[in-house]
Amino acid sequence: MLRFLASRLIVLVPTMLGVILLAFFLVRQLHGDAVEARSGERGITEEQLAERRHALGLDRPLHEQFLSYLGDVVQGDLGKSYVTQRPVLDEFAELFPATIELSVVAMIFAIVIGLPAGILAALTRGSFLDHGVMGAALTGYSMPIFWWAILLIVLFSNTLGLTPVSGRLDILYYIEPTTGFMLIDTLLSDDDGAFWSALHHLILPSIVLGTIPLAVIARMTRSAMLEVLGEDYIRTARAKGLSPRRVIWVHALRNALIPVVTVIGLQTGTLLAGAVLTETIFSWPGVGKWLIDAIGRRDFPAVQGGILLIAMTIIAVNLVVDLLYGLINPRIRLQK
Amino acid sequence: MSTVTETTPAHPAPLASFWRDFSRNRGALAGLIFILVVVFCAVFAPIVAPHAADTQYRDNFLTPPPWAGGNDWRFFLGTDDVGRDILSRIMWGAQLSLFIGVIVVTLSLGIGVLLGLVAGFSRGLLDQFIMRLMDVLMAIPSLLLAVAIVAVLGPSLTNAMIAIAIVVLPHYVRLTRATVIGELAKDYVTASRIAGAGIWRMMMIVVLPNCLAPLIVQATLGFSSAILDAAALGFLGLGAQPPTPEWGTMLADAKKFVQSGHWWVVTFPGLAILLTVLAFNLLGDGLRDALDPKLKVR
Repeated sequence: MLRFLASRLIVLVPTMLGVILLAFFLVRQLHGDAVEARSGERGITEEQLAERRHALGLDRPLHEQFLSYLGDVVQGDLGKSYVTQRPVLDEFAELFPATIELSVVAMIFAIVIGLPAGILAALTRGSFLDHGVMGAALTGYSMPIFWWAILLIVLFSNTLGLTPVSGRLDILYYIEPTTGFMLIDTLLSDDDGAFWSALHHLILPSIVLGTIPLAVIARMTRSAMLEVLGEDYIRTARAKGLSPRRVIWVHALRNALIPVVTVIGLQTGTLLAGAVLTETIFSWPGVGKWLIDAIGRRDFPAVQGGILLIAMTIIAVNLVVDLLYGLINPRIRLQK
Repeated sequence: MSTVTETTPAHPAPLASFWRDFSRNRGALAGLIFILVVVFCAVFAPIVAPHAADTQYRDNFLTPPPWAGGNDWRFFLGTDDVGRDILSRIMWGAQLSLFIGVIVVTLSLGIGVLLGLVAGFSRGLLDQFIMRLMDVLMAIPSLLLAVAIVAVLGPSLTNAMIAIAIVVLPHYVRLTRATVIGELAKDYVTASRIAGAGIWRMMMIVVLPNCLAPLIVQATLGFSSAILDAAALGFLGLGAQPPTPEWGTMLADAKKFVQSGHWWVVTFPGLAILLTVLAFNLLGDGLRDALDPKLKVR
């Protein structure tokens, strides 16, 4: 297992370097612009411009710039936000729990509905129910989630008045952030109302964010289940006289889950990208909304650092999925 | 006396057999028909659309559709906040969405296939380099990467299309490379190599045609993701800029009317996106089943 882990980590090194290189070129492009833009200002001389370039290190050779940037990144220094003058890493760390909380709840929603729906569709293959579930899944997969969010707000918030439109908590409550996860913080606060308010605020955003993963999980579960149900060992299990329930839940589902687990892991990327849209619409104070705001404010260090950190999160999650996969399926592990 | 008639079993024409498989899938057929309708609207928008995309009717701000409380049959899907006909804007928007799809798919397919062929044929350092580069692009969520690229290039429709084409590139490269490697092991490739075919001939004439089926499927699905991503960028204000009748941009404009009950301004552009994307996905699924039985989702 250790060797498997090591082989996976080695493959990651060039990817990580590539991501850092990409982020470096993005920000260099933008820094250059920032200096150029100021050359239009009154009273700025050539010397002052050169000084500014020097201060940003833009007059050094390219490879030197990259190495010093790489050094900074490795030491966790992602620069300071132009707007707040605070380290980008601190800002990100502060907002990240909100995004994780939303993503986790969205994923739970997607799994709790998607998995049974896929199993049900597979078991009733070709039936009206199967067609219904698969049609709904394809529609969900094709959904422009920003529009879906608007429709849900119109229906549940404006017309029925059931759910709040934005934010994480009702303004009636103030919760001192301890973990950053509102559900946990409100539970710790001994204020029942606050917890329910936090949960209430999570409903619409997590439905919106969970819709595409839900569709993907349902489709994947169905096809994995159908594949497994055609295998010889299922026929053997049936022939042995096991109850259909045992065959399905113990023999079939366990094997069908292997590709499903992978898909769930791979959906993390979709979730984080979807968070950009979902958080913007619901004014959810997470990293997605922060990133879009940073682009609007032309806060380049924040944009660059944010993209780097999100990419690294996804790489890390994919690594964990890979390892889990090796754990579930020894054939993968031993191949390497 | 009996006469013996010799009958040779007719070899089914490839196109006919494809159509038989494809038309059996009702969903795919429905998708194809809807796409044809969208293409018709796009091509003939100047004739079919009842109004120009940016004509403002100043007596008709936020008029509801006539079948839902409105009174003006000139505006079948109602008008927006500056009095423009929503149906006409959606029809002109179809032009834009299909254009985005064509450009993005052409760019990413062209470059992706070339890189995939080179990677698959070289199988050495070059292959490693290309594939690691694609890994980097894959590590960043597509919409986020597109947002970052647009942030650098500046928000516009052209830049949004470039960004989306870059973002979807890895799919084509990986798919082409995998198919090429599969094909390279086959006898007919060895035969043409022995016959002295040059590297370009091997790539373009011998191997590529045999890799087309999965690429056609991927390109069809690429249309749907291009339209969806362009709309998302437009919605975030990073794609087409107002007053362009792009569907996502229309939704961004209409967002502020969510609270005030003017549902038609938000409903129809989104519905247009959903149905078009759904149609391309249905078509892609159908093509996959008909073209490539191996990939068939059971």
